[in-house]
Amino acid sequence: MTLQHIDRPITIRASRSESGPGDDFLRLSGRAAVRCLSRYGVLVGFLALWQVASSVGWVNAAVLPPLDMIITALWKGLAGGSLLGDIAISLQRAGIAFAAAVAVAIPLGLFMGQVRPVETALDPILQVFRQTSALALYPVFILLLGLGETSKIFVIFWATLFPLLLNTTSGVKEVDPKLLEMARVYGASRLTVFRRVVLPGAVPSIFVGLRLSATTALLLLIASEMIGANKGIGFQVMNAQYNFQIPLMFAAIVILAGLGLIANQALVTLQRRLCRWSNPVN
Amino acid sequence: MTGSNRGGEVSIRDLSKSFSLGGRRLAVLRTLNLDIRSGECLVIVGASGSGKTTLLRILAGLEAADSGAVAIDGQPVHGVGAERAVIFQEPRLLPWLSVLGNVAFGLEVRGVPKRQAEERARFYVALVGLAEFADAFPSQLSGGMAQRVGIARALTVQPEILLLDEPLGALDAMTKIGMQEELARIWSEENVTMVMVTHDLEEAIYLADRVLILPKEKGGAARLIDIDLPRPRERSETRFVRYREELLREFGLH
Repeated sequence: MTLQHIDRPITIRASRSESGPGDDFLRLSGRAAVRCLSRYGVLVGFLALWQVASSVGWVNAAVLPPLDMIITALWKGLAGGSLLGDIAISLQRAGIAFAAAVAVAIPLGLFMGQVRPVETALDPILQVFRQTSALALYPVFILLLGLGETSKIFVIFWATLFPLLLNTTSGVKEVDPKLLEMARVYGASRLTVFRRVVLPGAVPSIFVGLRLSATTALLLLIASEMIGANKGIGFQVMNAQYNFQIPLMFAAIVILAGLGLIANQALVTLQRRLCRWSNPVN
Repeated sequence: MTGSNRGGEVSIRDLSKSFSLGGRRLAVLRTLNLDIRSGECLVIVGASGSGKTTLLRILAGLEAADSGAVAIDGQPVHGVGAERAVIFQEPRLLPWLSVLGNVAFGLEVRGVPKRQAEERARFYVALVGLAEFADAFPSQLSGGMAQRVGIARALTVQPEILLLDEPLGALDAMTKIGMQEELARIWSEENVTMVMVTHDLEEAIYLADRVLILPKEKGGAARLIDIDLPRPRERSETRFVRYREELLREFGLH
């Protein structure tokens, strides 16, 4: 009696696992397909609609060329090397500006978040600077720094500085005071509290700032390259439009979108690495 | 792990503390005098606003009294000290450190090398029954488990005096009873002076050698009640229930 009771469930489980893998595989791959479709379906549909509309003639193909022409132009520009120089100079401008912003904003933000009087003193002027559009100040920077690389890098630096600075400051300020008190109870020095509690606690907020700044950097890069540049992706977008090389213009736009996606993904990956604790692995 | 009779005596003399609230002075502690014996478990109860948490924070060195003095083993208390550890109502774990990292934190802050700190932390992680979870992050723990990590962290620095501020207040009833038993066990094994604030009278009777009742109204005097029951204590025992009634009467609830 007892044996039968034990036996039966085992048999059932065994028979189920025999027919199981096939079903499971179908079910799992089906679910993966659904997930993929629900995530990328709209994007794929949009691209398909573009291609069809342009090649069938629903829209003016001279203004919105079909995707295959854009891809061809992109390929020619990359493989032929004509766009590589533009990518390099653009990456250099954005990269230097972004690095400078990181080097200034993170230390300053950490300092401001820790030392209340400094923050109180600097906050009004920073708010004024932040609310003044960097693009509006670009002519001022050109007057001060000339029309060369310096003014371009500086306007990108200026615009990327603030999201990073403000997010770093607030990240430090919003570290749970109860954690600070806990560290104090164990006799932690001010420096230890900063190193072991404040800094790691501010990292997620700093990353929010980094991602905002990366987006801003690309935005300002293009804007600055559209004014008084003779190289760069932003210049190519404008230049191709003037010369009515519309596929090339779109190719440059695609490169921009790609750079934005890559920068964001790189930061997300880095954040996952550094903050494994905030999204635990299941 | 620890020797017997290792200090941890607290003497409180004429301790007063008041806060200003909406322009009025609100006295929460009025010339309190108390001696806490080495190795005893003293539980502080009192209505909300009676100053029990304030008293604990003064003992911890996190707040200063208006007047009066606290001394530990004859040494006057100014600020936090290595002979004391605090367990808060919330676990207060660092979310980016593993369970082991959190438990070792107190030692590392005090300059013990990481390796050594983690070795000792491992012992206390096991003591609170979390050996399997040493590498888990706080976000993966239940409330009771997280609080146990907080307890282990405090024990790892091997304090003479353990100060507990409603440590089980946020836990559900079932977990709470289990944790009370665990605290009783830890206290008897670690031979540490324990001063605990609670609003749970049963918890007070279950754990305390003496219960300190802080008065709420002006002019009231603090009262000490010896809990003369063998350990481990049985909650349904007649004498346990009688102590409960006695405490309820103190609060005018019976």
